[in-house]
Amino acid sequence: MRRLGTAALGAAALLGLAVAPRLLSSYYVGLLTQVLIYAIFAMSLDLLLGYTGLPSLGHAAYFGAAAYTLGLLAQRAGVGFWSALPWAVGAAAAAGALFALLAIRVRGAYFLMITLALGQVLWGIAFRWRALTGGEDGITGVPRPTLPGGTALSGSAGIHFFALAVFVAVGLALWVLVRSPFGLALRGIRGSETRMEALGYNVWAYKYLVSVIAAIVAGLAGVLFASYTGFVSPADLSIVTSARVLLMVLVGGAGTLAGPALGAGAIVLLESIVSTQVERWMSVLGAVYILVVVLCPGGIVGVFQAARGKGALG
Amino acid sequence: MRPLEIAHLAKSFGGLQVLQDVCLALEPGERRALIGPNGAGKTTLFNVISGVLAPSAGSIRLFGRDAAGLPVHRRSLLGLGRTYQVTNLFADLTVFENLLLGVQAVEPSRFAVHRPARTYRHLVARAEALLRDWGLWDARDALVRELSYGVQRQVEIVLALARGPRLLLLDEPMAGLSPGERVTVSGMIRRLDGAIALLLIEHDMDVAFEVAGTITVLHEGEVLAEGEAAAIKGDARVREIYLGAEGMFRKGG
Amino acid sequence: MTFWLIQVFNGISFGMLLFLLASGLSLIFGLMGIVNLAHGSFYILGAYVAVSVVGATGSFLFGAAAGVAAVAAVGSGLHRGLLHRFHGRELAQVLLTFGVLFIVADVTVWIWGGNPLSLPKPAFLEGSLRVGTLMFPTYRLLVVAVGVAVAVALWIFQERTPFGAAVRAGVDDEEMARGVGINTPRLFTAVFALGAGLAALGGVIGGPFVGVFPGADFEILLLAMVVVIIGGLGSLRGAFVASLLVGLLDNLGKTLLPDLALFTVFAPMALILAVRPTGLFGQA
Repeated sequence: MRRLGTAALGAAALLGLAVAPRLLSSYYVGLLTQVLIYAIFAMSLDLLLGYTGLPSLGHAAYFGAAAYTLGLLAQRAGVGFWSALPWAVGAAAAAGALFALLAIRVRGAYFLMITLALGQVLWGIAFRWRALTGGEDGITGVPRPTLPGGTALSGSAGIHFFALAVFVAVGLALWVLVRSPFGLALRGIRGSETRMEALGYNVWAYKYLVSVIAAIVAGLAGVLFASYTGFVSPADLSIVTSARVLLMVLVGGAGTLAGPALGAGAIVLLESIVSTQVERWMSVLGAVYILVVVLCPGGIVGVFQAARGKGALG
Repeated sequence: MRPLEIAHLAKSFGGLQVLQDVCLALEPGERRALIGPNGAGKTTLFNVISGVLAPSAGSIRLFGRDAAGLPVHRRSLLGLGRTYQVTNLFADLTVFENLLLGVQAVEPSRFAVHRPARTYRHLVARAEALLRDWGLWDARDALVRELSYGVQRQVEIVLALARGPRLLLLDEPMAGLSPGERVTVSGMIRRLDGAIALLLIEHDMDVAFEVAGTITVLHEGEVLAEGEAAAIKGDARVREIYLGAEGMFRKGG
Repeated sequence: MTFWLIQVFNGISFGMLLFLLASGLSLIFGLMGIVNLAHGSFYILGAYVAVSVVGATGSFLFGAAAGVAAVAAVGSGLHRGLLHRFHGRELAQVLLTFGVLFIVADVTVWIWGGNPLSLPKPAFLEGSLRVGTLMFPTYRLLVVAVGVAVAVALWIFQERTPFGAAVRAGVDDEEMARGVGINTPRLFTAVFALGAGLAALGGVIGGPFVGVFPGADFEILLLAMVVVIIGGLGSLRGAFVASLLVGLLDNLGKTLLPDLALFTVFAPMALILAVRPTGLFGQA
C-alpha cells in the first residue's frame, strides 16, 4: 500500500516537472532543470555513500572532468554536443578509474580526506593551467544538444525536457542496479566489509566498479550542467561543489534513490532563495550545513521512514 | 582430502609471539574444539587460517591447496566458512537479505546489475530453505539490528552455512548467551551436516565436550595437548592450566 | 647556484609555515578522526585579528598574541559546543566544519572587507641577513626559527609530558585511554584548541609574506591536507618531514612551472598514496 503511495507521488512529481515549461517562467523552469541535473549528480554520489559506505568529498572531480571535456572539445575543436558526449563521459570514467585505485585502499575519514585532495588536484589544474582551461575565466560557449533535424535545444524548455529524460533514464537504471545482486552486495559492504570478504566477495572489485559507475553518472550530470549553463569553470571541480552534492544526499536521505533527488530539490531551491534575498547568504548556507547535521540525521526521507532510519551521519 | 592442515604455524606481532609451532589437521567431518585460556591465541589462529593475518612461519593447506598468499575471499570460495565472537552481521538488512547475500556469494550472478536479486529464484529458494530449516522463517523480514542477541547469534551461524562450506570455523558461538539460548545453539551445531568439518573455539567446557569429538588445547600460543575428548578431560596438565578459571569444569558454564 | 639556494630556503620557510598548520591538523585527525575543514579558517582568522590589533596597537607581538588567543578560544568553543557531540561520526564532523568554513569566510569579508590586507612585518625584522654572497630575508629566517621551535616544543610536549603521553595514548587506542582514566573529552578539546592556535600562529606569521585575503583559507588548507596525507595521520615527525617536502615542491613548482604549480605537489602525493596509503610515517 505504501509502495503505491510512493509511486503515485513520484509519478505526480514527474508529471509536474514535465508540464512546468507550460506553467512557469523560464527562470523557474531553469531552477527545476538545475534540480534535475543535481539530482542525477546526487544519486551518483549516493551509490558510493549511502549504498556502499564510501564517503567521498571529491565527487565534483568527475562532474567537472566531463564538463571541461565537453567545453574544451566544443571551444577548441568545434566538436558538437553529441560527438563530444562519449569523450566527456569517458573522461569522467577515466578519472574515476584512476582516483579509485588510490582512494579505495583506505576507509572512513581517511577516504574522505584523500578524495578531497584528489578532487582538489583537478581543481588546481583547471585553476592554474590557464593555457588549457582558461583558468578562473573558464570556458564559454558550451553547446546545447541538437535534435535530429539539426536545431539546438536553445530555449529553457528544450534543455529542461532533455534533462528530465536523462533523469528518468538514469533513475530507472540505478533503480534496477540497487535491487540487483550487485546492489545487494554494495549494501553488504556498507554493513560489514570483513563479513563480505569472509563470505567470498571480492570487496575491492565491488568498490572499484561502483566508483567507476558513480563517476560515469556524475559525468553525465556534469555534461548536462555545462550544456545548460553554457559555461564551465574551476568551481565545477571544487570542494564547494563536492560538499554541496554531499549535503544534498544527506539532506534528502542517504541509502535511497529518492532521497538525493529530494535533497537536490531542497538545496537548489534554498540556495536560490537565500542568495537573492540575503546579503550574508554564505553564512546562511554555512548555518544550513550545521543545522542539517544537528537536526536531521536521516534526512527528508528519514522523516518519512522513522521506523527504518539509521542516517548516514550516525 | 583433509579440509585443514596446519604445519608448524607461528605468528608474531613485532616482539610479541602469539602462536608458536602449531600443528593441527582436520579430517572431513571431524568435530574439534579449540580450547585454552584467554590470550592463548585462539582467535589469532582463526584469523591466520581465514587469511585476515599472514603467518610469520609455517604453512596452511586448505582442501589440499597451499593457502599462502590467498586473500580472504578466495579461501571462502574454496569452502571455508567462519563466524565471529562479536556478532558480525549486516545490521541494516533483513535476515532474508543477510542469507541471500550468503547464498549469492559463490554464484556468478553476484556481479549482475541488470535484474533484481529476487528474480534469481533458485537462490531465493535456497535462502528461504535456510530460514525454514533453522527456525528463522518468522524473523525473515526483520532487520538484524532489531533482533534479540540470541537470535542474532543463530543468524551468525546460519549465514556461514549459506554457501555450503566444507570447513566451518566457529568463534565462541555461545558468547553472551543465556543457558536456554545455549541449548538452542549447541543443538544447532550438533545438527550441522556431518560432512562439514568443524573447528570450534569454546570456553564452555561442557559444550565443547558435548559437540566435539576431538580437542586441541592451546596455551600461550602452543599446542599443549590434543586428542579424544575423554582423554583431554582427564589430562592433568590441562586441568592445571584451568585451575582458578571460573566455571571451567562445572556444569552450566 | 645562488638561485637554487634561495629557492630551497624559500621552500623551507614556507614548509615551516605549513608545519604550523599541518601539525595541528594531523593531531586533530589522528586523535579525534576529525577532518577539520575549518583549519584554514583558523589560519585567516588569526591573520585578520592580528591585522586589526597591530593596526590599533602598533605592536606585532600583541597582534600575534591576540590572534592566537582569539582563535584558540573559538576552536575550543567550537569543539566543546558542537564537534564533540558528534564524536566518531566523521561525515557529520566534516559537514559541521565545512559550515564553519563558510561562516568564517563570510564573516571575515563582512568585517574586514574583500580586499587583500597587509600585515606589516615588525620593523626590526625588515631587511636581510648576509651570509657570504647570499641575502636571506630576516623575516623568513624568523619563520624558520618559529617553525623549528614549535616542532621541538611539540616534540617535548608529546614525548616528555603526561599531556603528551595522554595524546599518544589517545591516538593509539582511544577506548583504552579512557579505560585508564584519561579524560578524553577534555583532552580532545585541548588538542583542538592547540591546533587552532597553531593555525592562527601560522596565519599571523604567514601574513607578511603570503598575504591576508579571502581565499587564503582554501589554499593553505589544501596544502596542509596534502602534508598530512603524505606525512601520515597523527604523526608529528611525518608532519615535519612532509611539510618541508611540500614546501619545497610547491615553491619549486611555482617558480619553475607556474602553470602546473599544484601538480608538482599532487603528483608526489599520488605516488606516495599508491605505495603507502597511510602516509610516510602513518600507522598502517
